[in-house]
Amino acid sequence: MTDTTLINPTPIETNDAKEALYRATPRQLMWWRFRKHKLAVVSLCVLVFAYLTIAFAEFTAPYDPYEITEMATMQPPQSVHLFDEEWNFQGPFVYGLKRARDLETAAVIYTVDTDDIVPLHFFVAGSDYLFWGLIPGSFHLFGAEDPDTHIYLLGTDTLGRDLLSRLIHGGRTTLTIGILGVFFSFLIGITLGSISGYYGGRIDAAIQRLMEFIRSIPTIPLWMGLAAALPVEWDPLFVYFLITILLSLISWTHLARTVRGSFLSLRGEDYVLAARLLGASEKRIITKHMLPAMTSYIIAAVTLSVPEMILGETALSFLGLGLRPPVVSWGVLLQEAQNLRVIVQAPWLLLPGLAIVIIVLSFNFLGDGLRDAADPYGR
Amino acid sequence: MLAYLTKRLFWSIPMLIAVSIVAFIIIQLPPGDYATAYVAELRHQGDTVDPLMEQEIRVHFGLDKPIYVQYWWWISGIVLHGDFGQSLDYNMPVSNLIWARLGLTLAISITSLLLTWLIAIPIGVYSATRQYSALDYVFTIFGFIGRGFPEFLTALVLMWLAYSWLNMDVGGLMSAGMEQQPWSFAKVIDVASHIWVPLVVLATSGTAGLIRVVRANMLDELNKPYVETAYAQGLSERRVVWGYPVRVALNPFISTIGWALPSLISGDVITAVVLNLPTTGPLLLRALKNQDMYLAGSFILILSVFTIIGTLISDILLALSDPRVRRG
Amino acid sequence: MTEDTPLVEITDLGVEFRMREGVVRAVDGVSLHVRKGEVLGIVGESGSGKSISVRSIMQLLPKTAVLSRGSVLFRPPCGGEIDIAKLDRKGKEIRSLRSRHIGMIFQEPMTALSPVHTIGRQVMTPIRLHLGLGKKAARDRARELLQLVQMPRPDQMLDAYPHELSGGMRQRAMIAIALACNPSLLIADEPTTALDVTTEAQILDLLKSLQERLGMAIIFITHNFGVVADIADRIAVMYMGRVVESGPVDDIFEKPQHPYTRALMASVPRLGAERRRRLTTIPGMVPDPFELPKGCSFHTRCSEAVAGTCDRLDAPLIDLAGGRNVRCHLHSQNQTGGPDVG
Repeated sequence: MTDTTLINPTPIETNDAKEALYRATPRQLMWWRFRKHKLAVVSLCVLVFAYLTIAFAEFTAPYDPYEITEMATMQPPQSVHLFDEEWNFQGPFVYGLKRARDLETAAVIYTVDTDDIVPLHFFVAGSDYLFWGLIPGSFHLFGAEDPDTHIYLLGTDTLGRDLLSRLIHGGRTTLTIGILGVFFSFLIGITLGSISGYYGGRIDAAIQRLMEFIRSIPTIPLWMGLAAALPVEWDPLFVYFLITILLSLISWTHLARTVRGSFLSLRGEDYVLAARLLGASEKRIITKHMLPAMTSYIIAAVTLSVPEMILGETALSFLGLGLRPPVVSWGVLLQEAQNLRVIVQAPWLLLPGLAIVIIVLSFNFLGDGLRDAADPYGR
Repeated sequence: MLAYLTKRLFWSIPMLIAVSIVAFIIIQLPPGDYATAYVAELRHQGDTVDPLMEQEIRVHFGLDKPIYVQYWWWISGIVLHGDFGQSLDYNMPVSNLIWARLGLTLAISITSLLLTWLIAIPIGVYSATRQYSALDYVFTIFGFIGRGFPEFLTALVLMWLAYSWLNMDVGGLMSAGMEQQPWSFAKVIDVASHIWVPLVVLATSGTAGLIRVVRANMLDELNKPYVETAYAQGLSERRVVWGYPVRVALNPFISTIGWALPSLISGDVITAVVLNLPTTGPLLLRALKNQDMYLAGSFILILSVFTIIGTLISDILLALSDPRVRRG
Repeated sequence: MTEDTPLVEITDLGVEFRMREGVVRAVDGVSLHVRKGEVLGIVGESGSGKSISVRSIMQLLPKTAVLSRGSVLFRPPCGGEIDIAKLDRKGKEIRSLRSRHIGMIFQEPMTALSPVHTIGRQVMTPIRLHLGLGKKAARDRARELLQLVQMPRPDQMLDAYPHELSGGMRQRAMIAIALACNPSLLIADEPTTALDVTTEAQILDLLKSLQERLGMAIIFITHNFGVVADIADRIAVMYMGRVVESGPVDDIFEKPQHPYTRALMASVPRLGAERRRRLTTIPGMVPDPFELPKGCSFHTRCSEAVAGTCDRLDAPLIDLAGGRNVRCHLHSQNQTGGPDVG
């Protein structure tokens, strides 16, 4: 042991990546974990796209959703092409459709006219609108150059209204009901849930009974009962608002349960006891110490309850108990597709259903991703 | 155990009373009352109605009495005589209407529920024990999609596919011509060719959700030390999985069996409307739309009572299967 | 079988976890043996591979683990020799060994018992499975076993559920299950770690007296030197998936040879030691299993590490006199004994 030196015990070497990991704030960590969940990231993009589209509905929808075109009833969707029959590049365009009547059945038949090329133009002037009911405008994201020629990418309904425009405007109703409804039930749920979880004892028992009671009434019949009680002649906007509150009045119990559960487990944590021993007020303990620890779980729970609201609205409107025409919502749109004969003639009327499925799945995946990311012990 | 049950039973009494009050409030919610509606109905049929008559009807039915008196009459009629009131729309006692349709409703619902369990539990257990296998992925994707598809949409799509591919009109319980005919082999075949649609629709949505629950619970349970203990005893994998973690993993599920009871009767409302089935769902919908409030209110009352009974059954089952609950 | 043929003989055992982040060698060339009726204590920190090593004896490895090399020879009292490492983990052969010849006690008596079955039912399961007894006979045997592990009111206990018992009582039930078929080997994986000190002492006493009465061999895993001193005949110390030192318990306590063993022993509080002596801790942290240090895996924390040797070359396993082994460079240079340190 002549040429040896003692190596001092050194801490494990950390490279830059590790260093960043140690220094990351909880929020950063959450974001990193969330990014790994590919499906959730895609869902987030889909939802951002959907909400942007409905935010600028007047602009993104090519036509007025109420505009009836008698000569274009139940017209099938026109697909966008880039090349014509001879494989010449034309830019985005659709083929015009020829309308005729079957001489025997008198049913309307549309045939594709490959000679009639209707190019797709962007930022075209079209029907006038008031953006958000305030700012007048007439520009639309796309359309045919000639305002009298219509392009129906998703086809038309029985009255010749553009399904795409109706889908976008209907999305504005349906998607905001989801968010608003969750907001209300969130308010009720988090207030009662945290009171119940924090104080426990008799207050907890009372709130628990209330929740148990509300949950003991089957959801759909109760929604139906209350929705049916709303007078038909009321202002559609007001009915919309009431339906939202109605949906949230019944579905807050789920959120309250989540909040109560995490409150109960957090209340036993040592750091809460420490805060109490330091003399922190109850309000401070709840808002500064306990709520932040639960935020991510609550966000995930909220995200997961949006689709429930959307499905609730859709189901009610579909049955004719929720929103009624002239209001457009996805449920109202699907009401037109209730009849087998209509579906057979115009299967594209089921497309709002596809929109619902995509949005509901996106919210579910996003919620799953958030929940996984929120778990500090998850991998 | 007995104390636990007594406590649970005791709690359901105030719940039942509260539920009946809510049902009654829903009956009272729409503007006007039975008398206004009845008179309007007579006028509609072209009769001339003495304005005094409306008042007479009101007195006759006790509608001029305070609300709590009316409630008492309504509820005591139900409890003491099984009289749920009269349906305005059908001009029949409410109870006749409901009981007449309940049989088919229960038959469809219970069959689809059993189907759901039979399919979902083995699949969920399989998915959990063979996590990340190819089949697990297939079932997971199926579960995800099933989660996003509302039942009525599945029903619509199925109807459309059956019509355009198999050229079958699968709406209703049987073909139009069959209804009046006596039961025969042909009729049974005909009913079978219709009934599969609601069964598939209801079982699909239920299965998708249940697979997810069973799989998640099983994954939790499979990592628990007692599973290792069971393996250490030399039991085969099948005996370990089905004898230990499945029993624990099904507990949360047992606690929802009770919830299945009311949804057995109401959950298929939308599907039944879409498929035009003669079950209770469409009856409730029609009652609500036509403001046939006694029918609707009684419906909600019956459903809620079923839920409370269902919850009670769940709790009892749970206590039987999970010894930890009994002391609670 | 002569007294000297070991009951279990593990040779050059390797267990790997193949994960997305890389391969973790949880057990890397472990050799151990237990003789009939002998108590072997395995000591090590969490993550040292001690649990994984003994679980290989029962083929009870996690799904992601792969038994990559080595052999686990088991010689049941009925004669013969089985290489457990070669058996299918779900196969019939290994299942007929589990509980029948090798019993196991786990760390968490809270969760290691099934919450939905009675104690009696759980004790009866291996009896009925392996000994083929009827319900009545099995129940009688279960009652005897509960008496054997000194549970009060065994008749009542048979019908009790685990949640109705205290931690110590649950661990007794656990022992009763493990001993149900009179195994020749009992594996105890940190059986007292989750218990409080008084209960720990009771369970240790119980294990000791059971061992004397029934004469089975025990492999006792713990991270606590104080616990093994009491019960073990021999000790093996593990670090990062390797046995770094092994030998008779008294010899190791008297003169630990590996720096890690010394460090571990210095961190155990002892009665009768100098009053002012501070408890020493081992500096540094257990290395990241994905990036094992080059050379001797302990050199990053070793106070006697030699630069140029310990951080470059794998430490060799050196046989010392008196059935002792040590895996350390310091001994390859000076075979007659440890350097005069500590």
